[in-house]
Amino acid sequence: MRMPKLTAFLMATAVFASALVASADEVHVLNWKGYGADEPWAIAAFEKATGNKVVNDFFNSEQEMLTKLRTNPGLYDVVMINAAFNDQAMAEKLIQPIDVSKIPNYADISADKAGSPMLARDGKVYGVPWVWGLTALAINEKAFETPPTSIAEMWNEAHKGRVTIRDDAVEAVQFGAIATGQNINDIKDMEAVKAKLTSLMPQIKTFWSSENDWNQMVASNQIDIGTYWSGSADRAKTHFKLPVSLVIPREGAVAWLDAFSIPVGAKNVAGAEAFINTMIDPKFYVEWVTKVGAPVSANAKAVAALPEDAFNRKVMGDPGVAKRIQFQAPISDAQREAYLALWQELKVNVK
Amino acid sequence: MAGQVATGARSGLRSALPLLVPAYLWLTVAIFMPLSAMVFFSFMTELPLSGKAWSFTLDNYATFFAQGLYRTLLLASLKLGLEVTLWCVVIGYPAAYVLAKVFRGRSREAIFLLVILPFWSNGLVRIFSWAMVLREGGILDTALNAVLPFKINIDLMYSYPAVIIGLVHSYVPYMVLTCYLTLQAIDDSLIEAGRSLGASRLQMLKRVIIPLSMPGLVAGAALIFVPVVGSFMEPRILGGRTGTFYGTIIEDQFVAVFNWPLGAALSFILLAVVLVILALASPVLKRAA
Repeated sequence: MRMPKLTAFLMATAVFASALVASADEVHVLNWKGYGADEPWAIAAFEKATGNKVVNDFFNSEQEMLTKLRTNPGLYDVVMINAAFNDQAMAEKLIQPIDVSKIPNYADISADKAGSPMLARDGKVYGVPWVWGLTALAINEKAFETPPTSIAEMWNEAHKGRVTIRDDAVEAVQFGAIATGQNINDIKDMEAVKAKLTSLMPQIKTFWSSENDWNQMVASNQIDIGTYWSGSADRAKTHFKLPVSLVIPREGAVAWLDAFSIPVGAKNVAGAEAFINTMIDPKFYVEWVTKVGAPVSANAKAVAALPEDAFNRKVMGDPGVAKRIQFQAPISDAQREAYLALWQELKVNVK
Repeated sequence: MAGQVATGARSGLRSALPLLVPAYLWLTVAIFMPLSAMVFFSFMTELPLSGKAWSFTLDNYATFFAQGLYRTLLLASLKLGLEVTLWCVVIGYPAAYVLAKVFRGRSREAIFLLVILPFWSNGLVRIFSWAMVLREGGILDTALNAVLPFKINIDLMYSYPAVIIGLVHSYVPYMVLTCYLTLQAIDDSLIEAGRSLGASRLQMLKRVIIPLSMPGLVAGAALIFVPVVGSFMEPRILGGRTGTFYGTIIEDQFVAVFNWPLGAALSFILLAVVLVILALASPVLKRAA
């Protein structure tokens, strides 16, 4: 089982070594695979408009992204960083301040996202908000006559063995924090979270790890309810025609914000600014939502350009929702490991 | 093999060298070097790649002993390895016997091909196809309910039996192959001699066939037991909430929290435990073989 990791490590080292040379009119972008920035139609349009050539590289975890930035100074021009990791990247001097006056669409970003304290230090902007979304609940419509409103539905005896939760320690612990009425970024009573999650375990069918897992379980009618990402629930309903609907429980939900940054030593800062501007442009966003399905844009004008009944406008834009969601703040490595230890213990005790 | 070469004449070694170099070069580059890097990592506080200060420590190994969780999981994984190996013997040995001693010619080739076939498909594909068969409303459930006059509910998916089924399916060809080779080598005249001296079928099996095919059984068992103990893909996909094993938590350390040092330390503890088990078992097995 060690071999694939090692091969991956060796390959990665080889890639690092060979990819150190970047030319000036190329824009090197580092992002998740299949996450907007690598859509062929978007790249073609950008290359035609600006004359820059886009070179995409991908990461599979935030830790991998940080490692790639550390080991390849000067290679990347644009990097997509979850706002909760922006602080760490800035503290390690991996990203540089952004001159937002060069990004015309920045002015349309909604004030609460642009003003996020996670993306700015000493009055300088280190991240341009791109999209945001929720980790909330989704239900199998066949199992409910009226959608539930409370997170407590996950613990309802009626759904025993038909509940799913993502196999992710941080998400599980933060979900437990919401269920026990705590602040996800400042969990005071970890024992309560543990007890709450322990009592959830007998309800669970399985842990999901990818969108495909979730959709397959609904398609074969194996689950009633589970944690799910807002954008994925939308995609399941509109693109895969599955009986899935998102529930944002009255107790709240975990929200995340993704932003673009420019690494220290980027060779093509002008190209990077142009690329970021395109990514937050309403035209790109509407096309992305229609063709592929996407999270909610941080650009207010981009959301407004969607049809009135679009999920990302109607449900996610509801002011009542904004009031009860909690944005994820940075998590230290020690916390992350403590969460994983707790999560593993819960999973072992259920055996 | 190396010993034989060394005791051979000097000229023998020289002529053997070009034949050995590719294999040993490959082993050095692909296995020895990365593995030593992992040993090195397992004694570190931080991965040097992360750019943080690091130092040498034994903490990663101490973590294993400090938390009962890892011991519980290691025992669960060892039990899984034993169960899967046992089922592979139960299913694979008779099949190998029939292949080696009953079928001849074309029909043997055809049956042999059927045994090897799962080997040629991708492991992940096999696991996902089991997922389609085992779940409620899946192929097995639907087929049985179509035939049986009464209603039964089969939902094996996301359970311990599902993990066993998936792993046995993946590994049973090893058992068939190793047992087939030793069974085929048994001289038919020995069997005829036994029979002419009045041995019953059971006595033949116990006194002649099993002892002579023991090397194949042992080799097959070792080939299956070791990878099953460290398996993580099958438990994760088929096991559901009961699918946490030692292999899956090692994977978590590498993938979820990027704690390579702890992941590496846990891997080497597993390696040590497996080696100890094989060493303890070897006198018994040697005698049997």
